[in-house]
Amino acid sequence: MTTTPAIDGWFTSGDLPALLGSRCGLCATVFFPRLDGFCRNPACSGEEFETVELSRRGTVWSYTDAQYQPPPPYIPRSENHEPFAIAAVELAEGLVVLGQVADGYGVADLRVGAEVELVVEPLYTDETGDRTIWRWKPVVELGAEADQ
Amino acid sequence: MSHDVAVLGAGMHPWGKWGRPFATYGVAAARQALADAGVDWADVDLVVGGETVRNGYAGYVAGATFAQALGWNGARVATSYAACATGAQAIDTARARILAGLCDVALVVGADTTPKGFLAPNAGERYDDPDWLRFRLLGMTNPAYFALYARRRMDLYGATPEDFAKVKVKNAQAGLANPNARYRKAVTVEEVLGSAVVADPLHLLDICATSDGGAALVLTSMDYARSRGIASPVRVRAVSTVTPTFPQTVIEMPNFATDSSGTVPAGERTFKESIAHAAYEEAGIGPEDVDVAEVYDLSTALELDWYEDIGLCKRGEAERLIRSGETALGGRVPVNPSGGLASFGEAVPAQALAQVCELTWQLRGQAEGRQVEDASVGVTANQGLFGHGSSVLLST
Repeated sequence: MTTTPAIDGWFTSGDLPALLGSRCGLCATVFFPRLDGFCRNPACSGEEFETVELSRRGTVWSYTDAQYQPPPPYIPRSENHEPFAIAAVELAEGLVVLGQVADGYGVADLRVGAEVELVVEPLYTDETGDRTIWRWKPVVELGAEADQ
Repeated sequence: MSHDVAVLGAGMHPWGKWGRPFATYGVAAARQALADAGVDWADVDLVVGGETVRNGYAGYVAGATFAQALGWNGARVATSYAACATGAQAIDTARARILAGLCDVALVVGADTTPKGFLAPNAGERYDDPDWLRFRLLGMTNPAYFALYARRRMDLYGATPEDFAKVKVKNAQAGLANPNARYRKAVTVEEVLGSAVVADPLHLLDICATSDGGAALVLTSMDYARSRGIASPVRVRAVSTVTPTFPQTVIEMPNFATDSSGTVPAGERTFKESIAHAAYEEAGIGPEDVDVAEVYDLSTALELDWYEDIGLCKRGEAERLIRSGETALGGRVPVNPSGGLASFGEAVPAQALAQVCELTWQLRGQAEGRQVEDASVGVTANQGLFGHGSSVLLST
């Protein structure tokens, strides 16, 4: 059994995981998910893109959770649905990226403007083993963590 | 040159879960609209169908299906797909042909039958389809997107779950008097807040259901209306089906991310603001002239967003409008006197047409039990998947 991303080429794993975006070689606009073909900046004729790692930290644009089990192709992790939180996170590159929130955190741990960082965690398990996904994890101040 | 077309007829099949083929609802609505207009089906020279929606994408052929079911009459035909804006795009197609002088009488029909529960994507392994991937990788349902907007209102503008619930209470109250509404039952704030949380902070009763339904309009040239002795019909003054402007910086279904504003700064207006703005510009009518509005309350909180997006108030002021009753029947500018999606549930290709049907009846003074007094200008607004949105401006 192995641990592999639930989708190829969207993020890196390891100690400092990051989302992979495309930066236009002509106008430098960054896109996520990665983009092939033609730059979507209407004023740009770029067709070459460089794969770049996006900022690992960002601020919460908004957040919610899934208290009902989503329909397929969502793959449940357990027989009984366990609610998970979702955040839309604004990155320094000027875009907002959705992600589930790291295990163990819920909407009570989030607020608009709070800082979060990217982690990679198991999303579901299939015949090959764990399949992973990027998630947003609240950045807890050292003092606050010590209080818990 | 005038860009007006006349709304001679409006018709709807009641919303519900009837379990019948979509064409049944469409034909029932079409026959009612034709009767309302006093126009023979044989005189219709263009049929535009709002395409049915299956798993977010175009489903069964609409225009020709309705034309055949009504009995082939040789009319030209078109079909439109624009997600939630489908009906308005169909109106715009009819309007363009009428204004070009290529058509006198157009029948626009939208109808659908919808499954129970969350709107889900296509089956199979569709790794190149963002609408499929958002469920697989994020478990991101439509209500989750609505909830992001709702939560942002709470953290930025101090909205409360009670404010959202008041939208449901208002729309349910208005829907009581609408024979085409699916839910005709008064709801209290306590009932909304007591219903299960689907996607925090939205409860089950904050989120619209999916329904079966059908709506139709008979649109004609102003000359044709006059030739029938109808000097002052309700008029379509503008139709906006604008797409977003790059960079689109508000997260939208079914996307994983927004465009980046890193190289090109975000524009003056958000996409949702630009939808009604384009209609106002086209008609030379401003939000201060609006007497009544029908907006897409996919969630209660989204209706508050629309107050600002269509210019009824400034950003961050929508809570004041709902709290003061300004958008209720009897208020300064009633919103969703039909009962809205809260009372109907969404039948996607019919919904934007249903908004125009309601405004037609409001502007004629025929909205019995839910009439906005002295309404002469009305605006609709909606937004849906894949960068679609629409706004239709009508006046007497």
